[in-house]
Amino acid sequence: MELIKLLGVVIVIVGFALKLDSILIIFLALITTGIVGGLGVDGLLETIGTNFVANRSMAIFIMILLVTGTLERNGLREAAADLIKKVKGATAGKLICVYGALRGFFGAFNVGFGGVAGFIRPVLLPMAEGAVKSEGHEPTEEHMEDIKGMASAMENITWFFFQVLFVGGSGGILVQSTLASLGYEVELIELAAKEIPIALIALVVACVYFLMKDKKLTKKYYGDSAVKAGKK
Amino acid sequence: MSNLKFIQVSDAFNTNGLNIVWIIVGLITIYAGIKNLLDEENPSRVGTAIFWCSFGVVCAFGTWLPAKVSGVLVIIMCLPPIFKKVKVGKTNAPTKEYSRAQYEKIGMKIFIPAFSVAVFSLAFAFFANISSMIAITFGVALAIIILMCYSAKENKPQVFLQDSERFLSLMGPLCMLPQLLGCLGGVFTKAGVGDVIASLVEKVVPKGNVNVGIIVFAIGMVLFTMIMGNAFAAITVMTVGIGAPFVLAYGADPVVIGMLALTCGYCGTLCTPMAANFNIVPVAILNMKDRWGVIKNQVVVACIMLVVQIGFMIALK
Repeated sequence: MELIKLLGVVIVIVGFALKLDSILIIFLALITTGIVGGLGVDGLLETIGTNFVANRSMAIFIMILLVTGTLERNGLREAAADLIKKVKGATAGKLICVYGALRGFFGAFNVGFGGVAGFIRPVLLPMAEGAVKSEGHEPTEEHMEDIKGMASAMENITWFFFQVLFVGGSGGILVQSTLASLGYEVELIELAAKEIPIALIALVVACVYFLMKDKKLTKKYYGDSAVKAGKK
Repeated sequence: MSNLKFIQVSDAFNTNGLNIVWIIVGLITIYAGIKNLLDEENPSRVGTAIFWCSFGVVCAFGTWLPAKVSGVLVIIMCLPPIFKKVKVGKTNAPTKEYSRAQYEKIGMKIFIPAFSVAVFSLAFAFFANISSMIAITFGVALAIIILMCYSAKENKPQVFLQDSERFLSLMGPLCMLPQLLGCLGGVFTKAGVGDVIASLVEKVVPKGNVNVGIIVFAIGMVLFTMIMGNAFAAITVMTVGIGAPFVLAYGADPVVIGMLALTCGYCGTLCTPMAANFNIVPVAILNMKDRWGVIKNQVVVACIMLVVQIGFMIALK
């Protein structure tokens, strides 16, 4: 009965579909897979411990939080909002695209701006809010929710597709070692080169999509004349 | 690129530096736990403290703790959030008037510390072989120093600590999801879940047609990544189970197939709440109402990119 090993996968799928607490789902899936997979209590605890410690780089955001809050306290949002008032013709959609291009370019060098906690919340969102205001609209809560969603999406899309251009990044190394175990030898630089057109297409697709979406949203929330006024 | 890296540090520097980084992160989290334990305004002082402190201990001392002890601490950490016992206590959020006044004093110079983390990461990536986690830590330290220079009276050391606790509490237990998912992927692999799935696919998919193999491999990567929340966990299993027997065995280019399969997996990452650090944690950080608010904005782009990549793989195979 090998199929019983899939019980943990089933718990994850059903759990998220039923919108149970996320940590509860993972907890149950961990315990269940440990039991049906025959890891035993010791093996399960050891695997959990080893993997959790190995994944600590996912907690680096806590280090950045050390300044995120205090930067906000010292007027970063106000400064960004002021700055955007000086830029003519910048819409929220355009700002998100400019951010995406920068994020992608630097991501290819394995350089981040601090992501959602370090950049989007403290810098980009106040700028986007300022852009909506400079078009002469009072940002509605729904529009800000959309802008937050689009900005986070741009962050993810550009980071995912451009980080693989970095030679020596973990994605490429993983593919190389997986292929090697199957008897195929490939170079990291070849792997990265194949991703260049894919990354550029991803950036263009995302920019076009978000520009169109933001235009539609502006029309929806602030009326037909708003789009024309914003174009000037 | 590499000849620009005139600053060369030893492996020991990176190893020790990383240990210090995790100790600092752990201590910040332990502070959050103790602060809430002593906070009479927190409706669940003990549960909140257990959660943050057990994470802090694993993070700070995980390098030296036996794996089994770390595992027990992770289990303990999961219990308070499951019973909804992690709460927010007293917060010291600045008023709009306060940050406005600080801005009038500091002005546009506030961007200098804001960009210091990014500038440090960039400079270190170009000119040194130092771990990016250590580079980020240096950038954060510089930003703290600059902020203290701007306004020494207001930006005392404890203000930074209190503000980080405020943000941690705001994000809540959800911010631990990514690492828990990493564990789940590890346990799945160890238990052989991937092998079972690969053997199931073998019964359904006909061998011999490379184009069909490519499509199944790509879509399989998307689905498996959506389930696991992690393309890295999916790529090893899927390449062994589907990529090699159904595609590479028939002479397709391993460079194109192997690499693009990973970014096909990323299309799955864009569509799943299991990839919590990318799709769910931002919802918390940005105070969004819709749990699916980030994913909804990614689905269209992910679908287009999947089609584009399948086209590339078939054309360049």
